[in-house]
Amino acid sequence: MTDRIEQRINSLNKRLNSEKRFRIYCIGAMSFALAWVLILFLNIFSSGYSAFYRTVIQVDVPFLNLIEDTTQFSEMSSEDINNLSMYSFSKKAIYRLFPDIEEKKDKKMLIRLFSIEFEQEIREFLKSNKSNINETETIYLTASDDVDQVNKGNYPRDLDEDKRRIKDIQLLFFDDLVDRGLVSYEFNLPFLMRGDSREPELAGVGGSIVGSLFTILVVLILSFPIGIFAAIYLEEFAPKNKVTDFIEININNLAAVPSIVFGLLGLGIILNTFGLPRSTPLVGGIVLSLMTLPTIIIATRASLRAVPPSIREGALAVGATKMQAVMHHVVPVAMPGALTGTIIGLAQALGETAPLLLIGMVAFVVDVPQTPLDASASLPVQVYLWSESAERGYVEKTSATIMMLLGFLILMNLAAVLIRRKFETKW
Amino acid sequence: MGFILISLIILIGIASYFLGNLRAKNLRTSNQKNLKSLSHYYGYYVALWAVVPALLILLMITSFKSLFIEQYVLSDFIALGSYTETELSLLFTQIENTALGIKLFDENTILINGAVNKLNYINKTSENLTYVTVLGLSGLLVLYSLFNINNKLNSRKIVEKFLLVLYFTCSLVAIMTTVGIIFSLLYETLRFFSQVPITDFLFGLNWSPQRVFVREAGDLDTRDLANAFGAVPLFAGTFLIALIAMCVSVPVGLLTAIYMSEYASPKVRDWAKPIIEILAGIPTVVYGFFAALTVAPLVRDIGQGAGLTVSSESALAAGFVMGIMIIPFISSLSDDVIKSVPQSLREGSYAMGATKRETIVKVLLPAALPGIVGSFLLAVSRAIGETMIVVMAAGLNAKLTANPLDAATTITTQIVVILIGDQEFDSPKTQSAFALGLTLFVVTLALNFIALQVVKKYTERYD
Repeated sequence: MTDRIEQRINSLNKRLNSEKRFRIYCIGAMSFALAWVLILFLNIFSSGYSAFYRTVIQVDVPFLNLIEDTTQFSEMSSEDINNLSMYSFSKKAIYRLFPDIEEKKDKKMLIRLFSIEFEQEIREFLKSNKSNINETETIYLTASDDVDQVNKGNYPRDLDEDKRRIKDIQLLFFDDLVDRGLVSYEFNLPFLMRGDSREPELAGVGGSIVGSLFTILVVLILSFPIGIFAAIYLEEFAPKNKVTDFIEININNLAAVPSIVFGLLGLGIILNTFGLPRSTPLVGGIVLSLMTLPTIIIATRASLRAVPPSIREGALAVGATKMQAVMHHVVPVAMPGALTGTIIGLAQALGETAPLLLIGMVAFVVDVPQTPLDASASLPVQVYLWSESAERGYVEKTSATIMMLLGFLILMNLAAVLIRRKFETKW
Repeated sequence: MGFILISLIILIGIASYFLGNLRAKNLRTSNQKNLKSLSHYYGYYVALWAVVPALLILLMITSFKSLFIEQYVLSDFIALGSYTETELSLLFTQIENTALGIKLFDENTILINGAVNKLNYINKTSENLTYVTVLGLSGLLVLYSLFNINNKLNSRKIVEKFLLVLYFTCSLVAIMTTVGIIFSLLYETLRFFSQVPITDFLFGLNWSPQRVFVREAGDLDTRDLANAFGAVPLFAGTFLIALIAMCVSVPVGLLTAIYMSEYASPKVRDWAKPIIEILAGIPTVVYGFFAALTVAPLVRDIGQGAGLTVSSESALAAGFVMGIMIIPFISSLSDDVIKSVPQSLREGSYAMGATKRETIVKVLLPAALPGIVGSFLLAVSRAIGETMIVVMAAGLNAKLTANPLDAATTITTQIVVILIGDQEFDSPKTQSAFALGLTLFVVTLALNFIALQVVKKYTERYD
């Protein structure tokens, strides 16, 4: 008798234990998923935030050496300034940081502390301040990527000399400059404004932000009206027949087609058959529109379906035509849902990379594009491009680009949520 | 130019709306007769006549203009008859650049100078001509439609008919996209299979299209072609990485779904569900970066610590990160399915004394199985079609391997590798990417179809 009771208790305990274990597995699985969200974000942020500031080195430039009287600059046009030969002058200004260096090799090392565009930077300074240039002006010149990374602590200093990109003598120079208080940080505005570059310290996301904006604009212009009209037709007017069934199956299938297939479509049809220009946001936008259409159509249809029939019938009852009932009464009510769907579709399009690779939006573009017909990259493509470059400065910049991309996505999703909260009618 | 012209057309459209509206109102007051529609419908009517034909004509002109211009500019060269088609198009680009002020020709022959002048002339003329045609047409149609307004004309019907046709056309875009996809894939694929036998593609064990590229200068050896395009290593690699991804995402996704639907308090649920769904909203290129720069080195270090040789582009790293990406697809769908199992089943099971786990494993999961399997299949199709993670983190060289620590390549990776940058057309290498694309398209569609069928056929109907 007691045996059987004991047996029962044992088996009950077993069952309860396995219940506990199962619960722990479940919590573990969920924590695993949550943890990866955290790891992903921390990983990106910790390696990316430092790209938003940059190292500059303060240099005194004796403009009197360039010209007899600095007031003469104010009479020069920009073109005159462009024609001034400033290369050796700029170099000499930098040598003045360490007047006692004699050897050519050391001088070269010193110059390499700066970004290769130091001459251009001095020229730009001259152009924008030409009316009041003093005999000597203090200019903040961009440090080279190696110095920048050392300064930010992203680059180990204690490796063997031939294993690091920055040489011992450069480190000596650099530490001396730090001691003299000439090295400082500033907000990395050029990173946000400039196009791509082969030099990490000069590369910016400006070009790809504009490229992404143009692309999204094209997607918006194309897919918003087409998606909403298609949804209105299918939900409100379509007769139940084979054609509309076929359209519906098509839309659902398209939603599941891998994005790269849309890239093949863009390459085969839009580029090679219609001959639209490669690498442009226009073509990228068209391809991504086709990809986002199903999302918009499905969302809009759902919100049209949620409008109660009483609205339609009320309008019809007072003499509106079917078209009037739909356009004046049903669609305005369903608009918040349609907008939410569109924004989510646009967010998808903004993050999409694979189709853009195939239509050539991976070109190395230095200039910030001016129109949707200029070759350009987009934010996710920029991430891909930079992640291929191993130099440390690009890793930081890639992470920063991802941060901006995620920022835009979060903003868009937030907008979608807000629109839904504020305007959606509950029946 | 296009932008100004389109703005002008739209301006005309707005103006003609008011004109039509005004004329209808005037007619109504002067004739003392009732028009058949409200006056603003006459405005729409006129505006449609002003805008739609003009835009269509503009579209036609812009799409055929370049062809015509090229013919005209090159007419002298074509008359010579000594140029091939590719040479001609190259010549045209050079002429275009010369016209833009970029010097490309060493000697300025009379022919080229003439062509440059012709180009400048025709560009100017065609622009003026376009303006005149489009705006003139628009204006004429506005006049026509304004005079057409009378009390017999029911403009509302016409406007509504137009809208309906417009809506219908928009819904056809979905079909046109599908047709476009199938057409572009099939066209190139068929050309590919005319050079490489389909059996070699589907069953060949060696994938090395770059060899064909190198040998292109000489004549192509068919035996060489056959050996270069065996896609089995790609299929195997895709399968391997998808399998790893599923090994991560199936248990995690399913257990998460169970926790969400059966254990979690509403408060936890409200917080955790959106956070996990963030995983689905992160662009795949971000996962690719994460996989290549963080997870792959980690996997390699751990593997080397354990004394294994791990490739720096191991299938394991790519598959693992892909698995994380897929978690929300499985967890959301399964969550919905488990939740939709009727409450009576749960309560029945509890009433028999079953623990929660027993209820879940023995009652809820079997009841929800079709939906869960459906979500797995959708996740697999997602994993197979995923591109960026594998492009950035998986290997590029095709090698037949089942070792997850080795580098593996996938269908999508090879499509990107072949088509990124400049491709020469008409080469079997480029066409092979389309054949891979078609394979991918067919497989994912089939998976989706099967998933839908499974859900439809095996879902039990309660109540």
